[in-house]
Amino acid sequence: MKKMSWFNLTSLTLGFAFLYIPMIILVIFSFNGGRNVAIWGGFSTKWYGELFHDEKFLDAAWVTLRVAFATATLSTVLGTITAYVLVRGGKFYGRTLFSGMTYAPLVMPDVILGLSLLLLFKAMFNQMGMLTIVLAHTTFAMCYVSVVVSSRLLTFDQSLEEAASDLGASAFDTFINVTLPNIAPAVISGWLLAFTLSLDDLVIASFTTGPGATTLPIEIFSEVRRGVKPQINALSTIMIAIVTVGVLIFSFSSKRRTLKRIADEQQAN
Amino acid sequence: MRFSQTLESAYASKADLVLAALLAVAGIALIWLNQADGSHFTGGLLIAFAVFVTAYRINRRLAVIAVPYLWLLVFFLVPFIIVVKISLSDPAIAIPPYTPTLELSEGWTGLKSFFGDLDFENFEFLASDPLYYTAYLSSAKIAIISTAITLLVAFPIAYGMAKASEEWRPTLMMLVILPFWTSFLIRVYAWMGILGREGFLNSFLLWLGIIDDPLTMLNTNFAVYVGIVYTYLPFMILPIYATLEKLDVSLLEAAEDLGCTRTQGFWLVTLPLSMPGIIAGCFLVFIPVLGEFVIPSLLGGSDTLMIGKILYEEFFSNRDWPVASAVAVILLLILVVPIVLFQRNQQKQAEADQ
Repeated sequence: MKKMSWFNLTSLTLGFAFLYIPMIILVIFSFNGGRNVAIWGGFSTKWYGELFHDEKFLDAAWVTLRVAFATATLSTVLGTITAYVLVRGGKFYGRTLFSGMTYAPLVMPDVILGLSLLLLFKAMFNQMGMLTIVLAHTTFAMCYVSVVVSSRLLTFDQSLEEAASDLGASAFDTFINVTLPNIAPAVISGWLLAFTLSLDDLVIASFTTGPGATTLPIEIFSEVRRGVKPQINALSTIMIAIVTVGVLIFSFSSKRRTLKRIADEQQAN
Repeated sequence: MRFSQTLESAYASKADLVLAALLAVAGIALIWLNQADGSHFTGGLLIAFAVFVTAYRINRRLAVIAVPYLWLLVFFLVPFIIVVKISLSDPAIAIPPYTPTLELSEGWTGLKSFFGDLDFENFEFLASDPLYYTAYLSSAKIAIISTAITLLVAFPIAYGMAKASEEWRPTLMMLVILPFWTSFLIRVYAWMGILGREGFLNSFLLWLGIIDDPLTMLNTNFAVYVGIVYTYLPFMILPIYATLEKLDVSLLEAAEDLGCTRTQGFWLVTLPLSMPGIIAGCFLVFIPVLGEFVIPSLLGGSDTLMIGKILYEEFFSNRDWPVASAVAVILLLILVVPIVLFQRNQQKQAEADQ
C-alpha cells in the first residue's frame, strides 16, 4: 500500500472541509438558545419545540411526503420502462427524439421546465394542486431513474435473458423473473433518487402548485427569503439527519449484499 | 409465477379487451359529464390505458415503447410548443392573460386569425430593453466563471480520490454523494448564516482580529459564486473521478520510462485522458447554472442579474406570461448548443466504454 502524497491529502481534507463545514455550522446553530441568530447564546432545543408546534410546517411536510412517494413510485415504473426500451428496444421510429427527451430534462434549467409545465396544466386543469406537482416531478424524475437503471441493464449479462426465452418464457415472464431481479438494486436506487429529487424541488413545485398544496421547500423558501430563521435551522438539521441515516443504512446494506454475493460465489466454486 | 399466470389466462380469454372497452366507456363518460375538476385528466388516463391494452394485443413491443414515449411527448415536448406559442402572443387582462387563444369552434377562419395575430412583438421588446440582454450576458458571465472555479476546486479532490487506496474509495465517494442527497435549498441557506453581516464568517474574522469592521458578503455576486461552487461541486467531482479511476496506470509508467517527469506525465497523459470527464462536468455545471433561480434570489443582491430570476419575477410579480415565455424561449435557444454538445459527449463516452 503506497502512501498518499501530501498534496492529495491536503486537497482531500480541504475539499471535504468545504463540503461539510457549512452544514455542520448550520446544525450547531440550530441548538443556539440566544435571540441573535449569529451569536452563540447557550445550548437549547427550543427552536425544535417551536417547529413542532407550527402547524404550517407539519402540513407542508405531510404534503411533501405524499407528493414524493407518488412521484417516486410513478417515475420508477416509467423510468424503468424507458431504460428497458432504450437499452433493449432496438431501433424504432423516433428513437433519437425519444432518447433526446430522456436526456434533456437532466440538464434543463428548472425555471424552463416549471414554466412550460405550468402553461400546459393551465390548459388542462381548472385548478392545480398535488396532482400537477406529481405529474411535473414524475416527468423529470423518470429521466434520472432511466439513467440509473440503464447503466445497470448495460452491465448485466444479456445471455441470461436469452436463455430464459430459449427455454420458452414469454417476454413478459422473462422481464419479471430474470431481468427485474437482476436490476432490482438499480430500481431501488432509482426510487430513492426520485423520492429525494421530489423532496428537494422548489422551483418546479412553486410553478405547478395550487391552493392547499404548499410543499416544504416552498414554505422554507418563503420563510428564509428575508433572512436566517432559527426554526429553519432546526428543520434543516432534522432533514440532514434523516438523509444521513438513510444513506448510511442504504450503503451499509448494499455493502453487505455485495459481501454476501462474493461469499456465495466463493462457496459455489 | 402466479401473477403472470393470471395475466396470461386473462389474455387468453380476451378479458383484457372487455376491460379496455369498459375503461374507454368510463373515460368518455367522465369527459362528457365533466362534473369534477380533473375529470378530463382522469378520463384521458382511462382512455389511454384502454388504448394501451388494445395496442398490447396488436404489437407488444410498440405498446411498451409508447408508454414512456407518449408521457414525455405530452409533458415535455408539448409544453415547449405552448411556451413558443404564448411567446408570440400579446398580453391581455383576461384569464388566461394573453391573446389570441385558439378557438377550434370557429373552424378555418379561427385558425387563420389565430396565426395572423401571432407576432414577434415580445422578442422585439426583449431586444429593446437593456435589462434583458444585460441579464443574459451577466448570467453567461456568472455561469462561465463559476464553472471554471468549480473545475479548479473539483479536480484536485477527484484526483486525490482516485489516488486514495482501494478500501477508502467507496467511503470518499459516499462523502461526495451525501451532500447531493441533502436538500439543495438547505445547502444554499446554510451560506446565508455564514456570509451575513452578523454571520459566522464575519464574527470569526472579527474574533481573529483580521478585520475591524464586518465585511459585506451576503447579497453580493461573491456570495453567488460561493453558493454555486458549493452546491454544484459534486456534479463536477463525480464525472472527473469516474475517468481518473479508469485511467490505466501503466500508461503513466510508460511515460516515465520514456523520460517524462511526473509533472509532464500529468499534463501529457493524465489530463488529456480525463478530458471526457472534465467536459461532462463542465456541462453539468454550466447548463443548470445559466438558468439558476434559488442561488441568486437567496445569496445575490439587487444588482445580481440572472435570467432565471428575471423569468420567475416576470411571471409571478408582473404576471406577464408572453414576455416570460419569450425570455424562456431565448434561454432555451442559448442552451440548445451546449445541451446537444453534452449529449454527443455522453454518447461518445458510452460507445468508448462498450
